[in-house]
Amino acid sequence: MEFFLQQTVNGLTLGSVYALLALGYSMVYGILKLLNFAHGEVYMFGAFAGYGMLTILGGSSALVVPVWLALVLMFLAAILASSAIGVALERFAYRPLRQSTRIAPLISAIGASFFLQAAALLMFTANSRTFNTPQLIAIDSGIPFGPIRVWMVRVLVIVTSFVLMVLLYLWVNRTKTGKAVRAVSFDREAAAMMGIDVDKVIVVVFLIGSALAGIGGVMVGLVFGRIFHIMGFVAGLKAFTAAVLGGIGSIPGAMLGGLMIGLAEAFTTGYISSTFQNLIVFGLLIVVLLIRPSGLLGRPELVKV
Amino acid sequence: MNDQAPLLALKDVNTYYGQIHILQGISMEIKAGELVCLLGGNASGKSTTLKTILGIVTPRSGTVEFQGMDVTSKSTTFRIGHGMAIVPENRRLFAPMTVLENLEMGAYLREDDFSEDLNDVYELFPLLAERKHQLAGTLSGGEQQMVAMGRALMSKPKLLLMDEPSMGLAPVLVEQSFEIIQRVHRAGVSILMVEQNANMALSIADHGYVLATGRIVLAGEAAALAADEGLKKAYLGR
Repeated sequence: MEFFLQQTVNGLTLGSVYALLALGYSMVYGILKLLNFAHGEVYMFGAFAGYGMLTILGGSSALVVPVWLALVLMFLAAILASSAIGVALERFAYRPLRQSTRIAPLISAIGASFFLQAAALLMFTANSRTFNTPQLIAIDSGIPFGPIRVWMVRVLVIVTSFVLMVLLYLWVNRTKTGKAVRAVSFDREAAAMMGIDVDKVIVVVFLIGSALAGIGGVMVGLVFGRIFHIMGFVAGLKAFTAAVLGGIGSIPGAMLGGLMIGLAEAFTTGYISSTFQNLIVFGLLIVVLLIRPSGLLGRPELVKV
Repeated sequence: MNDQAPLLALKDVNTYYGQIHILQGISMEIKAGELVCLLGGNASGKSTTLKTILGIVTPRSGTVEFQGMDVTSKSTTFRIGHGMAIVPENRRLFAPMTVLENLEMGAYLREDDFSEDLNDVYELFPLLAERKHQLAGTLSGGEQQMVAMGRALMSKPKLLLMDEPSMGLAPVLVEQSFEIIQRVHRAGVSILMVEQNANMALSIADHGYVLATGRIVLAGEAAALAADEGLKKAYLGR
């Protein structure tokens, strides 16, 4: 039971991060029908921005500010860096190609992904960095959960992700701009006919999706400690899988898909072997797609006449 | 804006899609309070004319003037903010959104309180008030037409553009739809209606223009056009 709970918490932690990343994938796909392959790199840069801020503040062992303030500043740095990169990607890698064939921005996305990885290699070298989180937030701090204790950092990750997802859900359903995002996602031209500035809405989507990815990057750094320049590749792939599993374009689907992938990974690692992790994750994807081609919560694509 | 200036004027507009010359020197005007119909068969340039008026496509030459203002290079957002609205072809509702949300999108550019206009729309279409929390995609064709019309009215337009309001509707609904158009027109909204259903359109319009392969081949009072032999020719093509 203890082990099961431990793996559940692990899965939820990882799943929350995947969900945050998957949301960016899904929202961008929803609005542009584009797989933003550089999304993983946006997340990686967020992690490095958080690490950079931590270093500026003296590092984990010699912080010059209170821990809570350091965390806030780290997340802010990640949000700024990631959303700046996300918006730049939209402006320079995708917008010029919006009127061309559907494959062109896809190639551009793959190129942008390599470009950002190479840029990170030049800027940060190939050495990984560690957050040394236990020096920041003691490993034995936390809240009891049945027979186990959940480390404060994990609590922070799970609760923050959950709050962010609820806020995003409310934003998309209750606010004027959020509704405009849904309108543009469904029918861009009709949205323009209502006077909605489509370009602006697309920028907002990149801004929010990238900020969430940046937050996810810092979270991974905090929980798992190590960050490195190609960390975005596998995480991006998993998050993309999560988005497809949940139904790409669907916001609740991205959340569900992220949590499922996280849990599947944790349980595979815990009960079988980490060697089988990817096998199970992608196997899960294949099974779901065989039964529901549009994902768990996705709508079947309607043929427009 | 003086009394003589038309609400909308196209002057020698030429629009291209890539290399293809779609609109070939279109000139037309709509005066305030008029209901004008733009007729023509398939691929005659009707929809492109509407898109040019709305700024979704930009003409290569010629000007579009709205309320005496040259809006040729202005964005769609600008034009809608200044009083244009459209009921698009096939309605183009936001199917996964509720009726109310669709209506709200019609009022997207408004910063003021539009609850009164929402009530006006519900008064015009009482059915929509009942169904306001229903997803637009689940409505019938006739109901969707009401939402599309209501959505366009939510911006309090001076000029309402209608792209094929009769398309895809059962004959009884077409009649109903035209009655609604007349009611909106009588309430003081100027309307430009693109239609294939020439007899129906001319029966309620003040003026008409007939397009064939990107040119205006006939224009005049609706009653006169309805009696014109050339109209049939324009439809049959040569």
